[in-house]
Amino acid sequence: MPRLRYGSSDYDRLTGESVLDALLRQGVDLAYSCRKGSCLTCLLRCAKGQIPPAAQDGLRLSLRAQGYFLACLAVPEGELELADAADADLFGRARVVEIERLAPAIVAVRLESATPLYYHPGQFINLRRGDGLMRSYSLASVPRLEGRLEIHVKRLGGGAMSNWLNDEARVGDTVDIQGANGSGFYLPGLPDQPMLLIGNGTGLAPLYGIARDALADGHRGEIRLYHGSRTTDGLYLREALRGLAARFDNFSYSRCVSGPEPGPGDRAGRAEAVAFGELPHLSGWRVFLCGYPPMVEAARRLAYLAGATLADIHADAFELRDLRKTPRG
Amino acid sequence: MHAKENHVSESLFQRIGGEAAVNAAVDIFYRRVLTDARISSYFSDIDMDAQRAKQKAFLSMVFGGPKSYSGKDMRQAHKRLVDKGLNDSHFDAVAGHLQATLDELKVPNALSAEVMAIAGSTRNDVLNR
Repeated sequence: MPRLRYGSSDYDRLTGESVLDALLRQGVDLAYSCRKGSCLTCLLRCAKGQIPPAAQDGLRLSLRAQGYFLACLAVPEGELELADAADADLFGRARVVEIERLAPAIVAVRLESATPLYYHPGQFINLRRGDGLMRSYSLASVPRLEGRLEIHVKRLGGGAMSNWLNDEARVGDTVDIQGANGSGFYLPGLPDQPMLLIGNGTGLAPLYGIARDALADGHRGEIRLYHGSRTTDGLYLREALRGLAARFDNFSYSRCVSGPEPGPGDRAGRAEAVAFGELPHLSGWRVFLCGYPPMVEAARRLAYLAGATLADIHADAFELRDLRKTPRG
Repeated sequence: MHAKENHVSESLFQRIGGEAAVNAAVDIFYRRVLTDARISSYFSDIDMDAQRAKQKAFLSMVFGGPKSYSGKDMRQAHKRLVDKGLNDSHFDAVAGHLQATLDELKVPNALSAEVMAIAGSTRNDVLNR
């Protein structure tokens, strides 16, 4: 029976069972969340044995070289000797340098990382508070334009991190960050390719970064951003986006309100409905979708049916989940 | 008899254009299937990459490609769907999309007839009969 060695104990693993499932089943208190390789919470290190390549999918080279893998994706052939992820390998210190209110329930939090973070706008970081509370946030900042990291945080009912960041966090507070992760970002090389960006709520954050990154890179193809919210109040950053549209001929911005009271200049309807209504043919387009999972999933399908290839559709669904079973004390 | 069938299958794959033909067909076929209300509930999986890969494997097989699925594979793969009501009408709908895809790609009648024959031969296994 395939064996896992972790800590000073041996554990069995049923055929076809992932490392995560096997250890959880036998009572090991491993941190995990999405169980599908997106959130990177269940990172472990392999000290001995063969890691299946699929379990290293999405990890940057330096982590792979050190034997890091995702326990939820790992169904190894043979035995593995495991070690905990070393915090120092994964997390770095960051300081809150600015908190700017962008809307009644949304703040921009700007962070200075102790060591420079290599990232692309559109990727995400895992932000961890001193007590272990951890959440994922997409990056809206653009490295070539600014030295600080920027995330947008919407206050959620009952949301521990979002309420802390909206109400209690202060300039000078320190947090740990891990990342950057994710593959939804601007790739230079096709400067004339048209780009469609659809986001709802704080799904705007990575799209704001991606759009500015592309434009700063000299992207010539049209970039069409559709931001959706239930209410007109939720359409934050409207002035900045209007300014971007004024500066760049190839950038356009549409505000979409799905609820009953669109404001002047807002389009009525869900962002994806408005977008696909205007752009029924997306062959050759690159598409970025960010925000509420049902929107992202529906839009992904619609984009594909409109002619975009699956490889050119980047879907980033904001799943609202605790990134630990319980915060570390 | 088997040796002869295998020989014909390999040359079908070559004649139809091999891997390139599969690649040309997969998005046309998958998009058709996704937009057909009669069968879209069987394709509501949100993992579109995995689902597209299955369509690609299916097309590769009916184009006479190198990897073939046993009757048992087809039965097991579709058992859950049959339990949920998959029947001849759904099989026919998918077969229709396969024909339409071949037509869209302007595959000559003789070749598409061979492809449709292979597809048709899977009916009883797919429907777990």
